[in-house]
Amino acid sequence: MSDPLGSQIREALFAAPARPDEPEPQPESGEAPADLPDDLRIDLYRWMRLTRTLDNTMVDMWKQGRGLGGTFSGRGHEGISVPMAMALGPDDVIAPMHRDVGSYLVRGMTPARVFGNLLGRVTGPSEGRDANLHGMGDLSLGIIGYVSHIPQQIPITLGMAMSFRYRGEPRVALTACGDGGTTTGPYHESLNMAALYSAPMVLVVQNNQYAYSTPLDQQMATFAITERAAAYGLTARTEDGNDVEAMFRSIKAAVDRARSGGGPTVIEARTMRMLGHAIHDGAEYVPRELLERWEARDPVDHQRRRLLSEGVSGEAGLAEIDAWARAEINAAVAEAEAAPFPDPGTVSDRIYA
Amino acid sequence: MRELTYIAAISEAISHEMERDPDVLVLGEDVGGDFGGAFKVTKGLAARFGDRRVLNTPLAEQSFIGMANGMALMGLRPIVEVQFADFISTGFDSIVQSAATIHYRFGGKVPWVIRAPSDGGIRSGPFHSQNPEAWFVHTPGLKVVAPSNPADAKGLLCSAVRDPNPVIYFEAKPLYRSLRGPVPDGEHLVPIGEAKVVRPGTDLTVVAYGSQVSQALAAATDLAADRIEAEVVDLRSLKPLDFETVAKSVSRTSRALVVHSANRLAGVGAEVSARISEECFEWLDAPVTRLGGLDVPVPFSPPLEDAYRPDAHKIAAAARRLAAY
Repeated sequence: MSDPLGSQIREALFAAPARPDEPEPQPESGEAPADLPDDLRIDLYRWMRLTRTLDNTMVDMWKQGRGLGGTFSGRGHEGISVPMAMALGPDDVIAPMHRDVGSYLVRGMTPARVFGNLLGRVTGPSEGRDANLHGMGDLSLGIIGYVSHIPQQIPITLGMAMSFRYRGEPRVALTACGDGGTTTGPYHESLNMAALYSAPMVLVVQNNQYAYSTPLDQQMATFAITERAAAYGLTARTEDGNDVEAMFRSIKAAVDRARSGGGPTVIEARTMRMLGHAIHDGAEYVPRELLERWEARDPVDHQRRRLLSEGVSGEAGLAEIDAWARAEINAAVAEAEAAPFPDPGTVSDRIYA
Repeated sequence: MRELTYIAAISEAISHEMERDPDVLVLGEDVGGDFGGAFKVTKGLAARFGDRRVLNTPLAEQSFIGMANGMALMGLRPIVEVQFADFISTGFDSIVQSAATIHYRFGGKVPWVIRAPSDGGIRSGPFHSQNPEAWFVHTPGLKVVAPSNPADAKGLLCSAVRDPNPVIYFEAKPLYRSLRGPVPDGEHLVPIGEAKVVRPGTDLTVVAYGSQVSQALAAATDLAADRIEAEVVDLRSLKPLDFETVAKSVSRTSRALVVHSANRLAGVGAEVSARISEECFEWLDAPVTRLGGLDVPVPFSPPLEDAYRPDAHKIAAAARRLAAY
């Protein structure tokens, strides 16, 4: 499979000194995504816009004191979380991470349920039992809830993939972790086992340059996330995580490969966490000019410009999508804020199945 | 009824469940092929059921238990062997953070069993002798069982495999080949959460589980010679705990001695003792007594290990003091 963008990124990666002061954003690919149908390209934008609108609204609410506890912005990750879910089939399963609201929405979780979870209401998928963007599992939608102990979702996804292999089902399991997840023991254990068992799974490493406040060059001596995965015997690629169409193509190819028995894939999606680790965190430790450079490559704006410049959609069509997203999220917030809290009498319910 | 060793009863339970349900599989280190595990519990299973259902794993407890979480979420029923209960700490997050919380957090089911060969007295040192059950009894969402005899070893394991929740099954490896007993053929289930009075008595209640039940029964025989009749309650399940059976017994005997091999400090016996004190106070004629391991790593050399752990002599001595109180 041709991999021009991956090669470019790898060249840039290895041309750099072993410990650069900061990771460089990758160049725009410039290649024409001729293989994606127009309605899919617009859908990618639609889900990214809905995700971004939810994120912006959530951040505003928490700053206004309308939130509950902490929460996590996924700003800058929309070009990854949306295609992660869109590249899957209806019977596939996904274990998203805490910056993947887009995956939940695409998979069919309504914004009102997401806000219900954020606000501790009984209408959230965890029914008030888990916090913010954790524990938002819904097996009827093929979604596994997130655990804070990074990267628990990887061995779980390996196990789901192994269950498909065990039963001979043509299904695929997909998950994600950040750059921070790649330094843990279970990451390496699970990659080794995924390759060993040829498990039908896809792992997207969302390399957003920081694990909380710790930059990449304080986490690892070499940035060869892709090469380390390949060394276990997995298919591994590096992609521009801010190019939603490149991400969709790459993930879809990996999902198709897994489904047809070709084994697991790791995709390193290079992106930038545009806000702090969590809502309380001003991320003063991130150089402003780094954020400015990535802001210029914002994945939602990038897709919008591309649809316009390539004549896939007109301004009016995209403005309609933007207005739809605004209305959807406004209605969702109203619904969630009006929803009841759980009954304290149920606190011990559902401890056992 | 035919008799089996404790370990043969475990093997029989696994093959019985694999025969019954195609979703049951075994995974762990060295469990597969002709080898059949460090203790040979799974020997013959790969030949009978195929490598697909008896999966050898690399050394990676955190991830192969996490993998079992994912399999179980999709409806499989993995029986996971951690080679020694001591190694279960390596997989701790996958159990207590992930498996134990999934149903409460979003309604998923995690119907696995972890088999944990536990307990000492067999001169195996600090890392092959532990009884870490209290960590898991302390964790909401798990079930914990600890059979004391071959029939319960089979019946509790079959129940654990069919339970829709994560169950940790502490098998007592000192009993593996030293204890034989009658085991029903074919279908045999022991409900999780039910204790059993294994010896009736009138003068005091000894509450025990796992390998200490045999020790308590030996002590009771010794005590009977002195006309002290000890009632022995085998907890069998540590979580959920059948406190009602304990309370009924203590209400008759008015004296309670709680025994386990695990460290006494903050062990399961501390909870049982506290509940007896709280809920049976009016019936008690003496303070509740506890026997357990010392607050040290399980030592290797025989005089040290014997000093560390309870046995029939120590149980009998404590019972005499309690009866005379």
